[in-house]
Amino acid sequence: MGLQKSDAFDVERIREDFPILEREVNDGQQVVYLDNGATTQKPNQVIDAMSEYYRTYNANVHRGIHQLSQEASIAYEEAHDTVADFIGADGREEVVFTKNTTEAENLVAYAWGLNELGPGDEVVLTEMEHHASLVTWQQIGRKTGADVKFIPVTDNGYLDMAAARDLVTDDTEMVSAVHVSNTLGTINPAEELADLAHDHDAYVFLDGAQAVPTRPVDVKDLDADFYAFSGHKMVGPTGIGCLYGKKEILEEMEPYLYGGDMIRKVTFEETTWNDLPWKFEAGTPNIAEAIGLAVAVEYLEDIGMSNVQRHEERLAGYALERMAELDDIEVYGPTDARDRGGLVSFNLDGVHAHDLASIMNDHGVAIRAGDHCTQPLHDKLGIAASARASFYIYNTTDEIDALLEAVDDARQLFA
Amino acid sequence: MGMGSDMYRQQILDHYKNPRNHGELDEKTYSHAGENPMCGDEIAIDVKLDDDEETIERVAFRGDGCAISQASASMLSQKLPGMSVAEMREMDRDDIIDMLGVDISPMRVKCAVLAEKVVQDGVEIYEGEKNLDKTSTEE
Repeated sequence: MGLQKSDAFDVERIREDFPILEREVNDGQQVVYLDNGATTQKPNQVIDAMSEYYRTYNANVHRGIHQLSQEASIAYEEAHDTVADFIGADGREEVVFTKNTTEAENLVAYAWGLNELGPGDEVVLTEMEHHASLVTWQQIGRKTGADVKFIPVTDNGYLDMAAARDLVTDDTEMVSAVHVSNTLGTINPAEELADLAHDHDAYVFLDGAQAVPTRPVDVKDLDADFYAFSGHKMVGPTGIGCLYGKKEILEEMEPYLYGGDMIRKVTFEETTWNDLPWKFEAGTPNIAEAIGLAVAVEYLEDIGMSNVQRHEERLAGYALERMAELDDIEVYGPTDARDRGGLVSFNLDGVHAHDLASIMNDHGVAIRAGDHCTQPLHDKLGIAASARASFYIYNTTDEIDALLEAVDDARQLFA
Repeated sequence: MGMGSDMYRQQILDHYKNPRNHGELDEKTYSHAGENPMCGDEIAIDVKLDDDEETIERVAFRGDGCAISQASASMLSQKLPGMSVAEMREMDRDDIIDMLGVDISPMRVKCAVLAEKVVQDGVEIYEGEKNLDKTSTEE
């Protein structure tokens, strides 16, 4: 059984591009990598593109007259175009490369929030926010006097949109929400959140760290003011992420980091800023990583994001179905696979998530255990930790079977 | 049956399922609690010292968390009585790993040493050497 020969999606063919999947761990067991929500593996195409840059045209960007710098600059700049096209942005002006989603959140929080917010203003988040957004806006709230409020999560793992309509008011300046929850898997109604924010002249910031890797995302369709994601969760390298911002908003925003490359004219007295997106990319950027990200995007486009989404749904659906048969497993988040991304957070009765993850590791199965950077959500669920299996393009139902065999082993050990 | 886990030998599981010295001491010299925020492990320990306050007489603990943290507290509650306070203060992670008798993977060492840190911080607070509400393995 399995998905190996499903329509338009050849998992075995995809797996060949990922050499690490052949790796053996714990005395000769082939690794079963189900920690993709944390970071995905990288295909040869991405690894090779980064080596090729270092081997053949490594140079700093935007400052050399020489040929190597020209080649590096073009590749670095075009990576912005590739990403812009991938998410439906109008062009490179709307795509700022950051270190990751967290840095994108901080960029907007500091460059916009710190300058624009004050007492009486409100920032509305969700109870399923990742710490990247929650901690950041909490601190900006403290510095500016703005109130931070949270859209509640229902018992079924959805955002309470009725409550959201009461929470977002004319005092709201920013609605920042996770597009796909990294813990519950819930796909949030991003367009509805954007409309709600815009009805009150507030901006909407969507954290797409779990969304862009797993489904087609078009920032214009969503009418997002800001949208952020990380390269390393979508077969790209670490150290490169993206902040999308509407051009007219980014143009008005103050820079976040000052230094080289983000300037146009500098005197001892004052400085004028470079054009978008370079205004927000101070200092020597992560050039190889940007090139790697562009290749990762092309790799996913070749597969087709709708195919990626269907594969994720199938795997999550299979895991949910198998887990529903087990009375001692509690799954968090929506029960309908169509309402969630390709990840499943759960607990096994009587076994702490960390013990479960250690036993999984003995089987060669890599999962995440802990609070997944959503401690307040775990408090609300009344649990200290959960186990999370998160799937990607190279995973199979056989690997979910391996996960469940490890669950059986844990149950026996702890019985 | 799977391969079973080196980290989950019978002794660990036995202490986790049937914790020794679980509860509170009626008569105690000091009490202290701690947590491992990453895992959500929590442990509170009561210690009764002898009249000279040089030797540990009794230990009891309450807690909630993973098998490694709870088994470690249970085994420590058996190991400490009879030990001098000075010896207890000298204990380190290697002593705890020896006590557990299994290989603890690097990511789980914090779970293993929580009880030891709680009992050591407790005596330092009692002696006025330290001012701390709660021990945390994240520090």
